[in-house]
Amino acid sequence: MKGETALQPGGIGASTPLSLLKRNAVPVLFAVLCALGVLLAEIDPLFLANEIISRLARNSFLILSLLIPVSAGLGLNFAIVIGAMAGQVAVITITHYKIRGLAGLLWAMAGSVPLAVVMGYLAGLVLNRAKGREMITSMILGFFVNGLYQLVFLFLVGTVIPMKNRSMMLPGGVGLRNTVDLYPIAQVLDKLWRINLGGVRIPMATLLLAGALCAAIHYLMRTRLGQQMRAVGQDRHIAAVAGIDVDRTRIIAMILSTVLAAWGQLIFLQNISTLNTYNSHEQVGTFAIAALLVGGATARRATIWQAMLGLLLFHTLFVVSPLAGQAIVGIPQIGEYFRVFVAYGVIGVALALHAWQSRS
Amino acid sequence: MKQRLEKLVERFGIPRLIIMAFVLALFILGSLTGLSTAQLLSASLVRFGMNGVLVLAMVPTITCGVGLNFGLPVGVLCGLVGALISMQLELKGFVGFISAILFSLPLAAIFGWLYGWLLNRVRGQEMMVGTYVGFSSVAFMCIFWLLAPFDNPELIWAIGGQGLRYTLTLDNHFGKVLNEFLLLKIGDLEIPFGLVGAFLLLCLLSQLFLRTKVGLAMQAAGDNPRFARAAGIDVPRMRSLGAMLSTILGAVGIIIYAQSYGFLQLYMAPLMMAFPAVAAILIGGASLARATVGHVILGTFLFQTLLTIALPVTSHIIGGDISEVARLIVSNGMILYALTRAGGGR
Repeated sequence: MKGETALQPGGIGASTPLSLLKRNAVPVLFAVLCALGVLLAEIDPLFLANEIISRLARNSFLILSLLIPVSAGLGLNFAIVIGAMAGQVAVITITHYKIRGLAGLLWAMAGSVPLAVVMGYLAGLVLNRAKGREMITSMILGFFVNGLYQLVFLFLVGTVIPMKNRSMMLPGGVGLRNTVDLYPIAQVLDKLWRINLGGVRIPMATLLLAGALCAAIHYLMRTRLGQQMRAVGQDRHIAAVAGIDVDRTRIIAMILSTVLAAWGQLIFLQNISTLNTYNSHEQVGTFAIAALLVGGATARRATIWQAMLGLLLFHTLFVVSPLAGQAIVGIPQIGEYFRVFVAYGVIGVALALHAWQSRS
Repeated sequence: MKQRLEKLVERFGIPRLIIMAFVLALFILGSLTGLSTAQLLSASLVRFGMNGVLVLAMVPTITCGVGLNFGLPVGVLCGLVGALISMQLELKGFVGFISAILFSLPLAAIFGWLYGWLLNRVRGQEMMVGTYVGFSSVAFMCIFWLLAPFDNPELIWAIGGQGLRYTLTLDNHFGKVLNEFLLLKIGDLEIPFGLVGAFLLLCLLSQLFLRTKVGLAMQAAGDNPRFARAAGIDVPRMRSLGAMLSTILGAVGIIIYAQSYGFLQLYMAPLMMAFPAVAAILIGGASLARATVGHVILGTFLFQTLLTIALPVTSHIIGGDISEVARLIVSNGMILYALTRAGGGR
């Protein structure tokens, strides 16, 4: 990774403090915002630490699933919502068959793989037909598959798909309820090994799993496949001349991303313990991408460290802003809208800067 | 003969044929199940006039080469501010309606120009940047609605709340003024000549504008920017102008939409407004690079008719409201189709 930074325009003369600040302007700005919010709202540090640790643990897999498509030149993969939906299909299935505990979660993770692979493959095919417009296409693709998902769980379940389960279905017998209680797998991964450090509860198992994924991605990027992905990401045409099957490499990147997103959503859901059948997945892409960008990543370059830093800053802001809104103006909704504004705004600004720089 | 037929199908586009067949099938199903075709048609016409101008707003940006305007909420928000000023001043009926449009025009012109300035700097990523400019301005305006200095008791929460209400009723202001203007009733069939006429008038004006010197320059800038520059056309200026016109049409469009709906929806309501408009013009036959007023009229009619009659017909048959899901699948499927066509029609 160090060799790469030298290729970046900002990487030259990176030793002076000013240029270092300039290069990391986005994370620094958000760190200042977070610090201001924490000070103004006078938040209990223990509450904040607990909140952030649990958010960090449950969101880490989802944000890491974005890294592979970025390195393969597909940009920010808004279609990870499709992976999230695959995970939800699996979790609905195991809840229906009443498979409990860690076994339930493991079955769900295994069961989501075939669906996620197929969906990732199809998404890769679609994005290969929309080169240069991958991001907008992946976003619309997410909306489209969301439509299909709703069709299945609102109308086909109970009619075409035979399913009888009073506790999960709407009173009419067609369609799933808005919320599915996931008590059989509630926090099974988090509880597996959780330590209490001065009042801060740390889900070690979940964090270790995320660490293992970081290591796996780090290793993947050094294999032949990873090198090919990076080559495709740098320049499609040169990669093709060098004998790399560009389309195939991009499809593999999409499949990996979709599978990781499915697992990420399962880890997220076991922590939350309730599935909002029709909304849980909708904001997954937006929030993961906004967090990654807050960490200083761009649509062309994203590292594991940027992902982790972004997760920390974005979720701190997420926790702090309603409380800060309450403390400063007395209206908590202002903080809530402010964080939505930040999520969308940071994506807009990052994309604009990306397009601006790649033109000049 | 077969070849000619195939060519005709190709020109017309397979998705459009499917949607047309679907609309026709729904009409037949509807009349078979005993629903009044005249009522279905009347409702469709209202929805056609209600949404048309928002779809028309796509024409300037596609013509000038910016592409589909996913940043339509920028215009919508300007229109909402205009409508709120008119309501704050207690202007009623047509005066209220016209003044809402007049108040929103300068705002839409300024913000449209700024939006165009930004889009000129992010060439190649206009759609993605536009989407998020739209999203973030909607979120920003949510804060504005909370803090805005409106004090008309009809607009703000009566007790215990802060800022403007989520949904404002237009009954006492300019609700339905266009819908009820020149409304023709023949039996069950109601034709809102005022509403549809206003939409068609704006279509005609757009068509006339495209024939003027500026309009032709805009088309040239969109078709072939290099050639246009060689011919002495200021391409970035034309693109800014396209974004500005689109924003203005978005502002006018939401005011017409709101008067027809009878309510003004604030906060997160405008977030997804660009997508149905984009889908409608694509259903009409437009591509990322080419759009005509004809595409707008055909696309809006097909899409809105589909959505309007899908609800009563399907609820009659399967007993559930499938129209929201159908809207998601059809509109996003259509946008995907356009995005993945070789070169996007460019």
